Amino acid sequence: MSALRALGRAGLSFFERLGRGHIFLLYTLGGLPATLYRWRLLTSQVFALGVLSLVIIAVSGLFVGMVLGLQGYNTLVDFGAEESLGILLALSLVRELGPVVSALLFAGRAGSALTAEIGLMKTTEQLAAMEMMAVDPLHRVVAPRLLAGILAMPLLAAIFSAVGVYGGYFVGVGLLGVDEGAFWSQMQSAVDFHDDILNGVIKSFVFGIAVTWIAVFEGYDTAPTSAGISRATTRTVVNSSLAVLGLDFVLTALMFD
Amino acid sequence: MQNNNQELEPLVRIRDLCFRRGERVIFDHINLSMPRGKITAIMGPSGCGKTTLLRMIGGQLKPLSGSVRVDGQEVTALSRGALMSLRQRMGMLFQSGALLTDLPVFDNVAFPLREHTRLPERMVRDLVLMKLEAVGLRGARDLMPSQLSGGMARRVALARAIALDPMIILYDEPFTGQDPISMGVLLRLIEQMNEALGTTSVIVSHDVREAASISDYIYVLSGGKIIGEGTPVQLDVSDSEWVRQFMDARPDGPVRFHYPARDIAEDLLAGGDE
Repeated sequence: MSALRALGRAGLSFFERLGRGHIFLLYTLGGLPATLYRWRLLTSQVFALGVLSLVIIAVSGLFVGMVLGLQGYNTLVDFGAEESLGILLALSLVRELGPVVSALLFAGRAGSALTAEIGLMKTTEQLAAMEMMAVDPLHRVVAPRLLAGILAMPLLAAIFSAVGVYGGYFVGVGLLGVDEGAFWSQMQSAVDFHDDILNGVIKSFVFGIAVTWIAVFEGYDTAPTSAGISRATTRTVVNSSLAVLGLDFVLTALMFD
Repeated sequence: MQNNNQELEPLVRIRDLCFRRGERVIFDHINLSMPRGKITAIMGPSGCGKTTLLRMIGGQLKPLSGSVRVDGQEVTALSRGALMSLRQRMGMLFQSGALLTDLPVFDNVAFPLREHTRLPERMVRDLVLMKLEAVGLRGARDLMPSQLSGGMARRVALARAIALDPMIILYDEPFTGQDPISMGVLLRLIEQMNEALGTTSVIVSHDVREAASISDYIYVLSGGKIIGEGTPVQLDVSDSEWVRQFMDARPDGPVRFHYPARDIAEDLLAGGDE
């Protein structure tokens, strides 16, 4: 009986948080037009979330591309199809690995930082002070960060994929001797702008919304203690990673059926 | 005539205010008035709801029942827009200062000016420097909040609170954790601000002597009720046991030293089998 009660309570609190998260998003979206007008706030956040994530995104993209090149070559060479390495690399990066892995890295690098920053602002009464100065923290603090995250994510995913392709090129063409002309021309003929590239961009756009929304909400909703901030940052990384993987399945099913 | 009435009415008028957190009663039908141009102190032991009261005056918390009127407006019934414009006429000094940690001192003080006015940057600069001069920190304008001492941070926060020349300033525990020099500076500043700007001040504090030395009127809160009120002189000679315990800082009295517990002999003999 008590287990049933606990389950009921957990369910209720989950839906309550879900509801609060949506109301939070709605109020924050109300602040987006003003954010566009105050572009300095936006650019500083795009810098903090996007530009400062470049190194981890580029390095990870390079290694993922190199591993793909190596594994792909070893498999394809058995069938004499190693010239299709370019197709394998480009499609797996643009459709899946680019958006998904960069979103996971973004959640760990920028999402956790966002949660900790907003959570600490709440703990040190900075958000309450803004409210008392008649400044809505949802518009002044949260909206620019949300928009910056949504803008940065597709760009980071594109950079991840591009660097990954070069990583695979370096291993496949540079080290293992795949023909360069075949590598690029097969890639060019097999990758479709609408079906592959655009769908990848849509995916990373959706992941950007999910990760940044979760991160800013967890920060704003944190219990104002050090343990609360630690729990909130953990929840950001775990929940946004799960959301990205779950959404990826749904989007893949819808896009590539 | 109506104007006269409004002038005479206290700036903050709280009637029949009730509030609870879970089972705990924080306010039980309390009444307070804070007259215009005066310094009113609200004192009481930690956790008696002093800060909660300030948050209700600022409209950050809604009471369970009762009325909170500020400058003739019922705060509990205001729309969000009206509440925001009321808050532009209020200044609040938070206990921690609550400075925006990613902005230097200058930008912190300029924050309300830039958010709410369209003044040219030259004028913002002049105003900020004047406010910082008033708290003696014009020279610290380029420092980051992390480089300030606790007392300095509170003075910067005070400069920010008066940036828009508010009609009322709410001070949340302004003296807590201050060394004697900073304490003296803050006391003098609060008094000066009140006189020079003609603002109304509400100080929430448990530093009895300091707060009493500059207040015009004092309310003592405990257990959800007002257990004493009056001018500092009246409270000094009050024979209420509650007021005496608080004003004389006695460890035991109506507010018990011990947190409620069962008898100690019984507790010790029980060993670990509870």
